[in-house]
Amino acid sequence: MRDRSPDLVAAVLGEPARLLQLGLPEWDLLVRQARSADLLARIAALLDKRALLGRVPAGPRAALNAAQILASAQQDEVRREVAHVSNALRSLSVPVVLLKGAAYLMAGLPSALGRTFTDVDVLVPRGRLAEVEAALMLAGWAMTPHSEYDQSYYRTWMHELPPMQHVRRQTILDVHHAILPGTARLKPESSRLFSAAQPIPGLAGVHVLASADMVLHSMSHLFHNDDLSHGLRDLSDIDLLLRHFGTNAGFWEQLVERAKDLDLLRPLYYGMHQAQRVLRTPVPAVTLQSSRTFAAPWPLRSAMDWLWSHALRPPHPSTAGPLSAISSFALYVRAHWLRMPPALLARHLLIKAAARH
Amino acid sequence: MRVADFTQNSLRRRLARDGLRLRTGPVVANIRTSLDMVADGIALHYAEHSVAKESEFADFHVAVERPRNLRQWIAPQVVFRFDGLSSFAPLPVDQGFPTLEWGLNWCVSSHCHQFLIVHAAVLERGGHALILPAPSGSGKSTLCAALAFSGWRLLSDELALLAPEQGHVVALPRPISLKNESIDAVRSSFPAAIFGRTVRETIKGSVVHVRPPADSVRRAAQPAMPAWVVAPSFLPDAEACLEPMPKARAMMCLVESAFNYNVHGRVGFAALSRLVDQADCYRFTYGRLHEAVRVFERLEAPGIVQ
Repeated sequence: MRDRSPDLVAAVLGEPARLLQLGLPEWDLLVRQARSADLLARIAALLDKRALLGRVPAGPRAALNAAQILASAQQDEVRREVAHVSNALRSLSVPVVLLKGAAYLMAGLPSALGRTFTDVDVLVPRGRLAEVEAALMLAGWAMTPHSEYDQSYYRTWMHELPPMQHVRRQTILDVHHAILPGTARLKPESSRLFSAAQPIPGLAGVHVLASADMVLHSMSHLFHNDDLSHGLRDLSDIDLLLRHFGTNAGFWEQLVERAKDLDLLRPLYYGMHQAQRVLRTPVPAVTLQSSRTFAAPWPLRSAMDWLWSHALRPPHPSTAGPLSAISSFALYVRAHWLRMPPALLARHLLIKAAARH
Repeated sequence: MRVADFTQNSLRRRLARDGLRLRTGPVVANIRTSLDMVADGIALHYAEHSVAKESEFADFHVAVERPRNLRQWIAPQVVFRFDGLSSFAPLPVDQGFPTLEWGLNWCVSSHCHQFLIVHAAVLERGGHALILPAPSGSGKSTLCAALAFSGWRLLSDELALLAPEQGHVVALPRPISLKNESIDAVRSSFPAAIFGRTVRETIKGSVVHVRPPADSVRRAAQPAMPAWVVAPSFLPDAEACLEPMPKARAMMCLVESAFNYNVHGRVGFAALSRLVDQADCYRFTYGRLHEAVRVFERLEAPGIVQ
């Protein structure tokens, strides 16, 4: 069996200066791995920010340049979409909180650097969901086709509506009313998120989560996800957020406090621990040490560390070890397990299996 | 080193093991395949192309392989893989070489956003580029093949790579793809053209590739400034007719044929506006190839300098 190649993407994200020491064969592998992880434009942006793109050899430079152009077009599109959403919901006077990529972008955070997009995620109060859905439909967003079961599954158990797509622009919008499904074991209260949210100047009703909440949401999203093909990208978002907010006085204490309030201590442990391990995120030793108390007890903790060490690699054949398939399946099952009580999970999997035949 | 410098066996071996780093214009593709039919197609069509060293950077890592499924025992298939991933349905095994060509087109059109990419043939004469944007079935490739074997330099049969800031077209000389009736039309009119094996019953009908002229391949590093935009349409037995096309119409024609106009935003709009401003724009109907070639011989470069 062939040996696994090193994860060059994580290596250069953790230490961008290494980019200037790469030979062409390493660039060749880095571009492939970064493409698979949707992080090529981020690497380009990190180089660009340091005015180092010109020192990259011509071949990989062209690939970086192309990725940056595409990411920047997607970012322009997201800015336009956010303005459209704001217009569509203006008359409702409902708070709209941007989540993940759109929030990083509109708040001008470093985690928007070279960020690529496939959709826009927003959070609205559950009680106003029907009005929001109607207003969005009036403005041209339609429900993407789903089976009756899927529709009712989304609406009964999930923390979001089925994805909506704009009929003319074809853009995708995910409307959430919570950051985790109501059936999940952890129960962060959405009302706390709304009361701390920060408005985006110039866009009526549009907000982003407060800094600690934003970090905790990114972490809970990543560590509850059943599809980890963007795992390393999401971890890099978390790394850039922590590096940015981490210099604010009192941020780390506030982050731990807030995780207690929101019932997100376990994701906080995973987030800080994995970001530090994979991307060398500077987390204060005392915070990291104290977060160990939120970790699972020993045998499970080691098993989880092993699983994350597989899942947070670029999804490229060069980084896949012989046990990668097992670890992604285990995390897929785990994500469902965390999001649903066992009886509901069994029923859901049975119906899905029956629908396939 | 050129592809033609390999023996048949050494080429097949290279393709089956580490892969062949084929340089086509600005792009290096590392190609792996253990199918002799595909290897022989590469030997025929890319003979004059240069091969990059294994230690050089490849833009794309692709493979044409037999998928491992039950059908391989009854009706063998091929599949195009981009760095291990296959996003296209497998095709019958005799479509191996066309599968490689379509896959490489997809690699370029969905990744090389440093260019504004237009679905168009591009040829050059006297330093001036002729852009033939057109949907499939309009006779673009037939006309392109006719011109490429009548003194014009081939820049590309499918993909016009426009540098959005500088305004020139970068050459990507690769095999010209002909379909159905146009195969015999080109074969009978241009005996110098070297044809590959005709593949029948593809989704596009019968398909054959023509080797790009050696001189076009050798001059691939020379870009050219667009001088003419001509939207062709083939009409059996019609008299050749070249008529001016309004600039706004030509602009829309390029926009509709572009793969990534949306990616370039204002820069893309400015690039295409400048292009149609500086080029002469025509619609062209033709029914006979030699007559068409004569019309293009008489084309004069627009009087605009800079």
